[in-house]
Order: sequence, then structure tokens, then C-alpha cells
Amino acid sequence: MSREEYESVIGLEVHAELSTKTKIFCSCPTKFGASPNTQTCPICMAMPGTLPVLNEKVVEYAVKAGLATNCTISKDSKNDRKNYYYPDLPKSYQISQYDKPLCENGYIEIDTKNGKKKIRILRIHIEEDAGKLNHDDFGGGSLVDLNRAGVPLIEIVSEPDISSSEEAEAYLRKLKAILEYIEVSDCKMQEGSYRADVNVSVKKKTDEKLGTRTEMKNMNSFRSITRGIDYEIDRQIDLLEDGKQVEQQSLRWDDVSGKTFSMRDKEDAQDYRYFPDPDLVAIRLSNEYVENIRKNLPELPEKRRERYLNEYKMTEKETDIIVSSKYLSDLFEEAADICKNRKAVSNWIISDISRILNEKELEPADIPFTAEQLAHLVMIIDKGTISSSIGKKVLEELFENPREPEDIVKEKGWVQISDEGEIKKIVAEILANNQQSVSDYKAGKDKALGFLVGQAMKATKGKANPQLLNKLFIEELKK
Amino acid sequence: MNIIDLTVNELQEKLKNKELTIKEITQAYVDRINEKEKDVEAFVTTLTDEALNKAEEIQKKIDEGEINGDLAGIPIGIKDNINTKGVKTTCSSKMLENFVSPYDATVMQKINSENMINLGKLNMDEFAMGSSTETSYFKTTKNPWDLNRVPGGSSGGSAAAVASGMVPWALGSDTGGSIRQPASFCGVVGLKPTYGLVSRYGLVAFASSLDQIGPITKDVKDAAILLNLIAGYDEKDTTSVNMEKKDYVKALTGDVKGLKIGVPKEFFGEGINEEVKNSLKEAINKYKELGAEVEEFSLNVAEYALATYYIIACAEASSNLGRFDGIRYTYRTSEFKDLKELFKKSRSEGFGDEVKRRIILGTYVLSSGYYDAYYKKAQKVRTMVMNEFNKGFEKYDVILTPTSPTVAFGIGEKSGNPLEMYLADICTVSINIAGVPGISIPCGVDSNGMPIGMQIVGNKFEEEKILNVAYTLEKEIKFREKYKPEFKK
Repeated sequence: MSREEYESVIGLEVHAELSTKTKIFCSCPTKFGASPNTQTCPICMAMPGTLPVLNEKVVEYAVKAGLATNCTISKDSKNDRKNYYYPDLPKSYQISQYDKPLCENGYIEIDTKNGKKKIRILRIHIEEDAGKLNHDDFGGGSLVDLNRAGVPLIEIVSEPDISSSEEAEAYLRKLKAILEYIEVSDCKMQEGSYRADVNVSVKKKTDEKLGTRTEMKNMNSFRSITRGIDYEIDRQIDLLEDGKQVEQQSLRWDDVSGKTFSMRDKEDAQDYRYFPDPDLVAIRLSNEYVENIRKNLPELPEKRRERYLNEYKMTEKETDIIVSSKYLSDLFEEAADICKNRKAVSNWIISDISRILNEKELEPADIPFTAEQLAHLVMIIDKGTISSSIGKKVLEELFENPREPEDIVKEKGWVQISDEGEIKKIVAEILANNQQSVSDYKAGKDKALGFLVGQAMKATKGKANPQLLNKLFIEELKK
Repeated sequence: MNIIDLTVNELQEKLKNKELTIKEITQAYVDRINEKEKDVEAFVTTLTDEALNKAEEIQKKIDEGEINGDLAGIPIGIKDNINTKGVKTTCSSKMLENFVSPYDATVMQKINSENMINLGKLNMDEFAMGSSTETSYFKTTKNPWDLNRVPGGSSGGSAAAVASGMVPWALGSDTGGSIRQPASFCGVVGLKPTYGLVSRYGLVAFASSLDQIGPITKDVKDAAILLNLIAGYDEKDTTSVNMEKKDYVKALTGDVKGLKIGVPKEFFGEGINEEVKNSLKEAINKYKELGAEVEEFSLNVAEYALATYYIIACAEASSNLGRFDGIRYTYRTSEFKDLKELFKKSRSEGFGDEVKRRIILGTYVLSSGYYDAYYKKAQKVRTMVMNEFNKGFEKYDVILTPTSPTVAFGIGEKSGNPLEMYLADICTVSINIAGVPGISIPCGVDSNGMPIGMQIVGNKFEEEKILNVAYTLEKEIKFREKYKPEFKK
């Protein structure tokens, strides 16, 4: 039997850290990267006798996320305790939501090779993050860091509407963009503030019943997720083809070996003993509250995309790259507003800036320079102060040590030579030293001109005005 | 004049008239602790030296006019499940034997801001689970009336310390009767406020939806004074209720004319000791003489309340006590081969039998497949119990019952039979289930000279009524003048 007879069914549970200033049940800061246990208090350390107080911002952010993903907002909701033992979970229960999540029955649309596809969202609920275990290189064993304990999360659970790793990636990127646009999460994957549990099963296309699913926990890069899904699909089909069964289990994806491994055995099957948290009063939202949030939702990526295509007449390709990240899109709009050259800004973003981000493995939000600096770069090129090839060097500088492009150019002595007399001297010198090329050109080899211009650029360290250089070479060669 | 026989309201009077100084008062209590603690064993931690220093300090501040206030320099004892910064808060458990709290409970902040003096942390049943203080890891507190008997529990240390004059008053906590039952056993006053009246922040949770902190005092007026201090909304406890502050002392008019008192016949049936019944009947007759309208009625809760209570309380406890896992501030087993064994052994060795029994029970009723049959059903019964009380309060201002079916029982008498021990709470648990307030006051003694307690129950946030009803009888029967604990050996 062939692989084409199978189809895969994928569901995603995304955990996004909310970017509230303080934790979900106490007033400790949520900033990433502080020294271990410096952002803690008796409440998030679960000292005996302490009580949680729900941060209202968390509810607001979750409702925003629900509205932006077309969910119904529950007017009556509550917090439940999920009980399990682990050293990074100081209360030995996580405050989450069980049977009454804040948001239900939404969807988002993704682009697939067969056109648009709706991925339904089952629910979005609020919960607290756990702490972190750090291996102790000196004493052995593990040390607990509770800075992250109590950082607010939303869990966004999709229906199993996703049928390939490409669709999974499209869904994750779209969802990430939405959360960034409504400014409820910074979705930094390397910092773990946007991560997913991935459920995969396969079945024969002719089968009605879903296959047994496996779950890969805590994945935090698009590449691992797509590789993991592809691997799991293959592994499961292989099992079925061999007449074996897929076992329902939690798996760990290993990036190095490119394989999944079982995380725990069956006898440890968890019973979380959910029950309503008696320390917290139920959550009741008024219509006005929800409508007020709906009214104030910022522009979503879909809307922005339409605006770029229809008003700005941008191409689909450039639009998609820029709109995929709120940060890039905001950078684009701000810079274009200042320099009044939308096309140039767009070109910088989709080519060189994207390339450098890729090379440096940075997220758009990590771009160190301002929209104003980018706009000024475009402006000094437009003015002829520097050439666009020098512009690329200025951009590299902006990534390294951001400051005013004019200052960079001055400091580095990169101002373009546009003085005709000076360029004439250079042209004469190059022609004198490259007689063979001159003969070649005269013999009809147009390529020789490119070589000569290149030599002149090299001699001026790229500072010569390329149009002028071209013009003067042709004039001289025609003599 | 014997200082340790005075109520706090009498001490306040004498301080005001300069008949006594703060130092004299504190010294008298320290002396009394030194004399009686070896027999009664009410304390887990005594703070006598600290108290004397603090008395000196406060006296100076008062003399220099830096502070004033009715409560400045008044000593108090604190149940050992209320967090006190810099002082051990053990919950009478091996698990927290060395836990020094890094913060003050909200009630402690209030006590400290009044410049009161903490004489020490009082013994209790381990994690407030028990009715006799016999489940304490450290010691069994003795009943000051008869040292061979239990003081009740779980706030047995608090009640015994007040009864024996080692503290003028104390704070306890009440989840199913833990203030009222020991108050009844020790012949003192104990009030469990309405759920939500006093902040639970800093009270080590046993059953979050039932726990309340409350006063244990020598008389009703003192209970009103202490309630004035500790009641009130706290933004750190979202289950505390935001409402206007009341003056409970003002409510003590001593007049019950025309007041409607309901006496539920279910609380006077089988299993209630005859001498207890008779003492209650006398009290009822007194109320009639004082002009109250007393009527017998049916309050159909006692039958279900105990089962409902043990399901809800144990379920919540099984989760609340999860944090005592051997990782951070708790007892940790000395040897373990992996994480699972670290958890298992630390908890097996750190908790006593009664605590383990309740954790197991609670874990069971929350387990998938059993949740609906037990926990969910218990919540439904809870609503029924609340409705029954509501119906009662449509007709009556207060409801009157015994606090406990018996007087204090002997040490060791029930500790081998958990079910029999649970029955000691039969008259008190439904009050916690319904979330209404209840007060226990002594109304007489039995043929062995052991105090008998009467419970007055009010509608939610009607502490004023039950305090006044209690106050009126107290004035009439003058229990404190007639009876005193004898420390019978």
C-alpha cells in the first residue's frame, strides 16, 4: 500500500506567554532573563498560607486573543486546579481552566497550496506558567528557578483540522502574527514565550475513524515542529504498514537525531484531579466589557494585508513577508512615512533586512535600529550621498551598532564621489592600466565595460557614483 | 487583683486608669506561662523573652506619646497555622518543624500595627485536622479543667491557653468546628465568623472554602473587640467580602426581647449527652425569661453535613497540602534514589496518620470517575444545606444548638477511632458548610465539673446578633464567676 492512501490529522495546543507587566496571581515582574529567583514573592513561591489574586489584565488579554480569533467569549468562567507533582510547580497544582474556558469556538484562516483554509479553534484558556529546572554543573542535581512561575499564559487549542506540516507552520505563523498585532504576547520562540504541543495521527483516507494520536510536547521552533510532524507521520504510517499499532503517548522531539522518543510509560498515566479553585472567585464578564475590548482591537494582519495590496498596490510576495510580522510591518509603515519612498523601504525589508535576520537567527522584534534610522538610510541614498551598495554596508553597521546613517557614512568616509573632475581622473587611470579591456570593449565585448567599472569601484572603495562612472567610461571609450 | 483573671476589656480599663502598666500585664502572663505550661502544654513556640522586650519598648513609646490605642501592649497568643514573620509557623507538623515564615498573615499585620504583643504560637491538631490536638506532631495539649482530658481541637492550644490564663485571648481557625468545639471543651468563648469576613491571607490552608480565622476569648465582649480588629476586606484575599465596617462592641446591648430563637430538634437527638441537653434547656429557659421567643423547628442538615464536610474538606486539603513536597521549605527525607522517591518518602515521613488519611480520602474523591459521585454531589448537598439555613433564618434571628455532643473526652479515648472522633464535629460542621457565623459560649458544667458549650448561629454577616445573644446570656449566668479550671491531675 502506498503513502498516498493515508492522510494525517494534526491538532496544535499553543502556549503563549502574555506580555503583562506582572504575573497572573501576584505583582512580581515577568521580565525574561533575570537572575534566578529574583522575581519571586511568597505567593509565586507558594509559601504556606498565601493566596492568589487574579490579574485583570490577563483576562483582558485573553479576551482580546479570543476576539481576534473569532471566538465566543464566555460570560461566566472560572479557574480550576490541575494537580500534579513536579519540582518546578511550587503549589503542586497549576491554576488553569478546565470546563469553562474564557474563549470558545473560534477559527483563523490560513493560506494553503489549495487556497484558503479555516482552522477551527476549540478553546482559549488562561493559566500560569511553571518555574524552570536548571542543571547544577557544580553540585550535580537540579536547581529550581521560580522567576517564570506564575507568568501568565494562554493556551490556544485548535481542532484537528490541520493535515500537513506546511499547514501547521502556516497556522502557527498566522496565530503568532495575530497575537503580536493585538499586542498580547511578544511570541519570542527562543525564549519559550510561544511554544506548542503537537498532536499527530494518521488514518487511511477511506477510514471514518481517527487514528491513535501521539503528542510532542513543548516544541519551540517552526523547523522542529515541521520536522517532528513529518517524522511522526512517517513513523506512524510505517507502523501501520507493518501491521502494528500506534501507541497513544507523549513524545519528546530530538532535534539532533531527528527522531521522537517516548517521554513516560503508561503506568504513569496522569490523573490531574481538576476541581474549581476555592481561593478564587468565579470570573463574570459584562457585555459592555467584552464589546469595549472588541471596539478597541487594533488592525489585524488580514486587514493590513488588504490595505497593502489594494491601497499601496504592493505585490503579494512583499506584502506577505512584511505583514507576517507586526514588527516588520510597523517598521515599514513608520519608515515609509518619514522618507516617502515606500518601495525602497519595502525592498530593504524583504531583501537585505530579512537576509540578515535569517543569518543572525534574529526575530524582527530584535532589530536594533529605529524606523527613523532606516528612513534616513533610504533618504541619503535617494539624495545621492551614498550609493546603494554603500547602503548595504551602512545597514550592516546599523545591525552592529545602530546610530544615524549620516554619522556612519561620515565616520567611515563613505560619502559618494560625484565630482565629475575627480571621477574623470579615476577613469583615465583605470583605462591607462587596463589596455587589454579597452581593446576588448572596442572589439565589441560589452562585458569589458563592467570589468572597468568594477576596477574603478574597487579603487574608490565603492564610493564613486556608479551612474557617473558608467557615463564617463562610455564617453572615454567612444573617443 | 489577679491580672491573669481579667478580661481584655477589663485590662484596657485598668490601663486607662493607670492601675496597671503594660509591663506588669506582660510579666503576669509570662509568669503564668512559666507556671502552667509544663502541665497544659498549649504552646509550640513561646515568645516570653521577646514579649517582655516588646512590652518595654511599647511602654516607652506610649510614655513618649509616640503611640496610643486601646490595644497597644495587650498580649495575645496565635494558633500555629497563622503566619508570623520571623517566627516558626509549624502547623504542629513535622513537615514544617523548621519553617520560619518570611511574611505576616493579614491578621498579624493588624495585630502588629496595634502594637499588641505576641506571647507565642499555640498548639493544634496537625494542619488543623483533628478535634483533640492529639494529632499534633509535638505534643498533646491538656484540658485545664482536667489534665487527663483533651482540650478539643483543632485550636486546642488556643482554647487551653486562654482557659488557663496563659494568654488573655488568642486567635484560632475554624474549618469544621476548630474554634467552637475547643472553646466549648475549655469553658471559653469562641467565634467562627461568616466565611469572607476575616482575611484568610497567611492562614495555612486546610480547606479553603471553609477556613476562617476567629477569636477565642474569656468573654463575649473580648470576642467583639478582637473581631473589630480582624474583620474587613483584604485585597490579598478575593474571597473576603468588601463591605462597610461594623462595630461589634456597640452591638452588645444585653437585650433580646422579642428576638426569635430557633432550636433545631435534630441537634438534640440521639448521641447528644443528656447533661449537655439539660444545660442547653436551662439556657433556653433563661432566654424565654429574658423575653426572647424560642421555638423548636426542623433543620434538616445534620444528617448530610458530616459526609459533605469530609468530602469537600478532604478534597481541598489533598490539593492544598500538595505544596509540602520535600522540595523547598518542608521536611525532606534523608535518602532517595529519584524524584518520585523524594516526594513519596518526604510526604510519608513528614505527615502524620490523620493528615495522610484525609489526603488519601481527598485524592480519591477528586479522581476521574469518582468526581461526580463524590465532590460534585457534595457541592450540591452543600447548596441544599445553605438553603435549609436560609429557610431557618427567614423565621428566626438566631439558631441555638449544643456546640459539641459531649464535654471534653479523655486523652486517648477516641484517638484510635477516626469515625468516632469525626462525630465530635457533628454540631459544628454544617455551619462551615453554610458559611454562616457561629459562636460557642459556656452555659454550665456537667456532674464532673466539665464545661458545657452552647452554639449560637446567625445568618451571614449577622455577627452582631449572635454576639448580643451570647452576651445577654453570659451576663445572666455569670459562668466565669462561678467556675474556674482546676488543673485536675
